[in-house]
Amino acid sequence: MQNADVEAGRNRSLVYFSTKSGNTHRFIQKLGLSAQRLPLNREEPTPRIEQPYILVTPTYGGGYAEGAVPGQVIRFLNDEHNRHLLRGVIAAGNTNFGEAYGLAGRIIAQKCQVPLLYRFELFGTDDDVAKVRKGVEEFWKRQAQSLTT
Amino acid sequence: MTTMQRLSRVDAINWNRLQDDKDLEVWNRLTSNFWLPEKVPLSNDIQSWNTLTQQEKQLTIRVFTGLTLLDTIQSSVGAPVLMEDARTPHEEAVYTNIAFMESVHARSYSSIFSTLCATRDVDDAFRWSEENPTLQAKSELILERYRSDDPLMRKVASVFLESFLFYSGFYLPMYWSSHAKLTNTADLIRLIIRDEAVHGYYIGYKFQQALAEATPERQQEVKDYAYELLLELYDNEVRYTESLYDEVGLTEDVKKFLHYNANKALMNLGFEPLFPSSVTDVDPTIMAALSPSADENHDFFSGSGSSYVIGKAVATEDDDWAF
Repeated sequence: MQNADVEAGRNRSLVYFSTKSGNTHRFIQKLGLSAQRLPLNREEPTPRIEQPYILVTPTYGGGYAEGAVPGQVIRFLNDEHNRHLLRGVIAAGNTNFGEAYGLAGRIIAQKCQVPLLYRFELFGTDDDVAKVRKGVEEFWKRQAQSLTT
Repeated sequence: MTTMQRLSRVDAINWNRLQDDKDLEVWNRLTSNFWLPEKVPLSNDIQSWNTLTQQEKQLTIRVFTGLTLLDTIQSSVGAPVLMEDARTPHEEAVYTNIAFMESVHARSYSSIFSTLCATRDVDDAFRWSEENPTLQAKSELILERYRSDDPLMRKVASVFLESFLFYSGFYLPMYWSSHAKLTNTADLIRLIIRDEAVHGYYIGYKFQQALAEATPERQQEVKDYAYELLLELYDNEVRYTESLYDEVGLTEDVKKFLHYNANKALMNLGFEPLFPSSVTDVDPTIMAALSPSADENHDFFSGSGSSYVIGKAVATEDDDWAF
C-alpha cells in the first residue's frame, strides 16, 4: 500500500453482511464507499480479507443474545486472520427491540475488543449515511496517524 | 396490474423444503418471541394507576381501546387477507402466527383493563371508540385497502398499520414509563412493540419482493399510492392525536414520534423516509423508555473518540463462536 494512500485513509474497506431483505446492502450503497459483501449462501467459503476493515452487520432475532449475530458473520470472524484486521463495527437494528437494539454490534465489539462505532435502523436515514461517511473517513485518518506517530 | 401467483391448492407444508429462507427465519423469530399477558405482573401497577387523575385515566383507557381496535382489525381481517395472497405455504403459516399474536395483543389490553380499571370507565371507552370519527376514519382507510383487489396495496396498508398507526397509542405507556408510572404495563406494551416490528419487517419484505416483479410503471403507481395513503393516514393521525393529547399538552411530542415511525414504516416498504430529522427528534426520555440502550454513546463518530464504550458483558453466546 502506498504511504499517501494510508495517510488519505484510502484503500481501507468495509466488509458487510446483508440478508435477502437487503437493508444493510442498501445502506452500503448509499454510503458509496468500497465494501465487500459476505456471501449469503452458507455453502460458499467465507472470504479472507487483506487489509484493516470496519464490519457492518444487521442484528438477527427479537431480543436474545443467542442468534443475534448472523451465522455468516460468525464464520467470517472465526477466522483469526480476518478477526485481527477488524477495527470497528457498525450495527443495524430496530429500536423496537428495546435493549437488543443493534445487539449484534455490541456482541462483536465485546468479543473482538473493537469499538461499536454506530448503530442505525433498517437501511438508515440520510443523516445516518452522512454521519457514517464522514465518521469512517476520519476514523481511518486517525488510525493512519496513530500508525505513523 | 401484476398477476401474483397465489396458492391455488393446499399441499401438506414441508418446512424442510423452503422456497424462501426468510419464511423460516421469521417463523423462528416469532415463535421464540411468543408470550402471553399472564406473564406480566400487571397488578403491581394498581397503586400507580391510582395516582393518575381522572383525565389521565380516561386518556389511557381510550388510547388502549384505540390500540385494541387496530389489533382486532389486523387479526381478523389483515392477516387473513395476506394469507390469501401468500405465495408459499410457509408465508401463509407465518401469517397464522401474526393473526394469533394480534389476538393476544388485543386480549392484553383487556387484561390491563380488568386489572386496573373500573368496568364502567372501560365500557365508556369502548362506546367512545365506536363513535370517535378519527379512529373510525383510520380503521376505514385501512379496511378499504384490505377489501380491495390489489395485493400490493393490501401489504402497504398492513405495514402502515403495523409500523405507523399504533404509535400514537404506544407513545402514552412509554411516557408513563419514563415518569416511573405503570411500568409493568409498559413492559407488556414493549412486548407488543417488539412483535409489531417483526410483522412490519416481514410484510414489507414480501411487499418488496412482489413489487420488484412489477413493471416500472406499476412500481411507480404503487409507490405514489403508498405515499398518498401515508399522507392521508398522517393527516387523520394528527387529528386523532390532537383530540387525545391536547388536554395533557403532549401533542407536539407525539407528532415527532409519529414522524419517526412513519419513516420506519416507509423503510419497511423499501421507500425513502419522508420526514426530515428536524421533526423526528423524539424526546430522549421516550426513546430511552422504548429502547433503554438507545441513549448510550454508540455514536463513536460524533463523540471525541475517547469516550466510546466497548459493549458490556453479554450473557449468552452462540455455540459456534470458536474463539
